[in-house]
Amino acid sequence: MDVESSHAADPHHEDFAPHGTLKGYLTGFVLSVILTAIPFLLVMTHAAGPATTAVLILAMALIQIVVHMVYFLHLNTRTEGGWTFLATIFTIVLVVIAISGSIWVMYNLDINMMPMPGNEIGQG
Amino acid sequence: MTATDMGQDPDIFYVADEHDHPEGASTMLGFWIYIMSDTLIFAMLFASFAVLGRNYAGGPRPEDVFELGLLALNTAMLLFSSITYGFAMLAMQEDRQTPTLGWLAVTALFGMAFVGIELHEFSGMIAEGAGPERSAFLSSFFTLVGTHGLHVTIGILWMITLMAQVARKGLIAANRRRLMCLSMFWHFLDVIWIGVFTVVYLLGMVGWT
Repeated sequence: MDVESSHAADPHHEDFAPHGTLKGYLTGFVLSVILTAIPFLLVMTHAAGPATTAVLILAMALIQIVVHMVYFLHLNTRTEGGWTFLATIFTIVLVVIAISGSIWVMYNLDINMMPMPGNEIGQG
Repeated sequence: MTATDMGQDPDIFYVADEHDHPEGASTMLGFWIYIMSDTLIFAMLFASFAVLGRNYAGGPRPEDVFELGLLALNTAMLLFSSITYGFAMLAMQEDRQTPTLGWLAVTALFGMAFVGIELHEFSGMIAEGAGPERSAFLSSFFTLVGTHGLHVTIGILWMITLMAQVARKGLIAANRRRLMCLSMFWHFLDVIWIGVFTVVYLLGMVGWT
């Protein structure tokens, strides 16, 4: 069997992962530095109230994760015929369910608990 | 209708003209699936920290044990190591072996600095009596951050192994594939660290649940 022609006829078997560029890496790096510096400054300088600070630093962490995914991990919808992207979406769904579900269930458990003497110490 | 009627050897039960898969063609997707499953491990550890991270058992609180200066230094180490690994990959794409090895060495040094600072932090906390057995907050903290640190350590060992392979065999196709897998692994660890420094350290210092 002719290996050459069968490979050529198979467009989804491309040459490994997409290649990064110097511009891409530097863009990602600069964005990461900014998105890391702002949360640290917010927490160190107490520039905003606790709730505002918490929301801001969580938002910037999410943006930074996307920046790393795009510029460093080269995630896009085309690599491997879109299968890496699909696997990532599936994983994000599972992560969101696991973390938000755990927090939700345990929060309800906590507020429905009878207050007990020595609760402060026993919580460990 | 039998196989013989179709003009084929009756002993062949598979598709005879299955096309050939070049060696390593599925490695990148397979490794990405591994990264995703590792993400799930960290998701569980983040979930347990989110649930247990405010149970201090009368012991030390985040503001008592965390040092933001040390954290900033550690975060910088990992961020620098990400860009230097990127430079190693760019050198690899241009078939320049010596710069590739050089940037890999710089990346490994940044990684070692990260692990060293983390071990320094851990040993300081344990010496102060803020070890993993002190409270649920510290148990979940050491499990989550320690698992990440263990990953970085393994990544460094892997990097040194690959540097030896590249030095011996050059930038052959197999070594390029391995370097790309380690690239995913290394950048993935930086992504997890974003979650760690935000959720564990910064949110802990803010004190808002």
